[in-house]
Amino acid sequence: MFKYVKQLTSFVAMVAVLFAFSTEAMAKKSKTLKNTQKKGFVRCGVSQGLPGFSNADAAGNWTGVDVDVCRAVAAAVLGDANKVKFTPLSAKERFTALTSGEIDILSRNTTWTLSRDADIGLTFVGVNFYDGQGFMVRKSSGITSTSQFKDGISACTNLGTTTELNMRDFFNSKGISYTPVTFEKADEVVAAYDAGRCDTYTTDKSGLAAQRIKLSNPDEHVVLPETISKEPLGPVVRQGDAVWEDIVRWSLNTMIEAEEYGITSANADSMKTSDNPAIKRLVGAEGEMGAAFGLDNEWNLRIIKQVGNYGESYKRNIADTGILPDRGPNELWTKGGILYVPPSR
Amino acid sequence: MNNKIKKILPQILTLLFVVLILGFFTFNAQVNMDNRGIDFGFGFLKQEASFDIQFSLVEYDGLDPYWWAYVAALLNTLLVASLGIILCTILGVIVGVARLSPNYLIRNAAAWYVEFFRNIPLLLQIFFWYYAALRALPLPQDAEPLLGISFLTIKGFYIPAMIWNNLNIFLYSLILAFIGIIIIKTYARKLQENEGKQLPVFYISLGLIIILPLLSFIIGGVTLNFELPVIEQLSATSFTYVGGIGLPPELIALTLALSLYTATFVAECVRAGIQGISKGQKEAAASIGLNTNQVLKLVVMPQALRIIIPPTTNQYLNLTKNSSLAAAIAYPDLVLVFAGTALMQTGKAIEIVSITMLTYLSLSLAIAALMNWYNKKIEIKEK
Repeated sequence: MFKYVKQLTSFVAMVAVLFAFSTEAMAKKSKTLKNTQKKGFVRCGVSQGLPGFSNADAAGNWTGVDVDVCRAVAAAVLGDANKVKFTPLSAKERFTALTSGEIDILSRNTTWTLSRDADIGLTFVGVNFYDGQGFMVRKSSGITSTSQFKDGISACTNLGTTTELNMRDFFNSKGISYTPVTFEKADEVVAAYDAGRCDTYTTDKSGLAAQRIKLSNPDEHVVLPETISKEPLGPVVRQGDAVWEDIVRWSLNTMIEAEEYGITSANADSMKTSDNPAIKRLVGAEGEMGAAFGLDNEWNLRIIKQVGNYGESYKRNIADTGILPDRGPNELWTKGGILYVPPSR
Repeated sequence: MNNKIKKILPQILTLLFVVLILGFFTFNAQVNMDNRGIDFGFGFLKQEASFDIQFSLVEYDGLDPYWWAYVAALLNTLLVASLGIILCTILGVIVGVARLSPNYLIRNAAAWYVEFFRNIPLLLQIFFWYYAALRALPLPQDAEPLLGISFLTIKGFYIPAMIWNNLNIFLYSLILAFIGIIIIKTYARKLQENEGKQLPVFYISLGLIIILPLLSFIIGGVTLNFELPVIEQLSATSFTYVGGIGLPPELIALTLALSLYTATFVAECVRAGIQGISKGQKEAAASIGLNTNQVLKLVVMPQALRIIIPPTTNQYLNLTKNSSLAAAIAYPDLVLVFAGTALMQTGKAIEIVSITMLTYLSLSLAIAALMNWYNKKIEIKEK
């Protein structure tokens, strides 16, 4: 009899220990979330200045669609979209900054590829801009298509980007011999192209459109119609914190889905009384959509109210600034684009 | 016994401390890399690099593996370092001697040069040559030919390429000439030591090095043709040169900046070396009947070199390490290609940075070893 009691107590103790560990594990599900809330700001890696995506004005205020992703996360987890610390990074520095823990979100027009996702300890959470690589040339050159490129052409681009690899694939498949000139900073690439060091400047088309504005005489340059690659750009997080990954993913998804349901920063509060349960879930009036992340129920409402939906962000940063007025593939799936996100439910 | 422990204990503790620190860093890196699913390993070196390099001395293509990209990048580093070392030595010796010139103008011009280039940060000088000086060069279609055969443009310096026929025979003739010179020198020394007779070694050597290669042209079937750069139109307004050799502006800017900067330090070493020889030495040499050339060659220079070589070695090492600033102006050296593009494309930060650091370390040690050997050779031999 005594023997059984002993066995029973040890079993109970084991279960108790297991339970204690599991609640412990649940309580600190996201280390990054905990740290962020402790610090009081979201640490976000951005570009060194790409108008429309992440660009700082003279007063140091960051704007852009990439910046808005970080602001959305800040609104969700801290309640204030302005509580973001932006770290400008070169293409070369960006992944190391993320994996070493200097930043918690990398939202820097970064292309989602297999090797980046699988090899180097990163996880891409989604796509906030569908892009493709293109070429810019001088109008006076008379070139209107990449088929007019000839042997000996020199091409300027950024170091350590997918652009560098695509460029090689493109010129090789066309059998054109070329000279790559690669700089670390985008500004240096633009300056080299502007001075005539290179015949063409190649990067993502959104980047070309944004950088064209920085040239000494933008009207003298033209972006060629061909797109030579797929460049799905999106925010990246460190591998190993699944909850933080989900928070960033669903912050982005919320912005896109809000546009789909016509929820804007202006009408978000009034949408709480909507008849549509999908809309009610998006503004925190129905369901327990934040519990799984360890957040309250109005996290998504705050994103929409403080940052706006994806359409508002696009209009404010990219369309109204004259970079790419036409949304192209970055239109909702319901309007002929390819923006399609899983439902928040 | 007690004394022994007193001596050894601090050493053991220090060693333990260093090992612990190294161990901690390794452990920390391992744990964190494991957490983030990053593998450590050098297997990536065999993978296809799939990026191109602007300019390389060996045949390189994106299909080649990463280790070959490393070799190509290393050779570019070696190229700019050796060009820099040669140019800074020549310029440094000239300026160093000029600083001691009795001519007021030459002496002061040399001093101004040294003070000016020595006191501006090297990175700024590189930027100056690349962004200010070379960016102001004409476009290919507007370039005036230099000496009728080469073109200095914003896209690079285009010079004629040499097309050799039977290059190996020419090289053999050169080697033969050098062997001949060594034999003549040894013979001349023996003749001087045994019979006190002197041979005009310099003229004989000059003759050998001209006549033998010349013979290879006349009877060896060696021919040399020049391929001139020719302008080619890429589009209505963009041009380039094909044929010949195109030296990229990045290489020119970097070589200029490195050699002009380092030459100031070499010049100071040379001046110190010459000034370190007391006047009495020269007067004593002159008093036993040596002429000015002989005084310089036999008395001053051998002693001055002993003072000049060790600090100049430092300057060569500095120049080699400073060549890594190439990354700032898109010259495809080890830092830009390997620690830049390759690091980005593979994400193998720890591996690539350690390889790069080890490479620079070995380069520096190799140069230091070579210079130490030379220093040993010329130092005073106690008899």
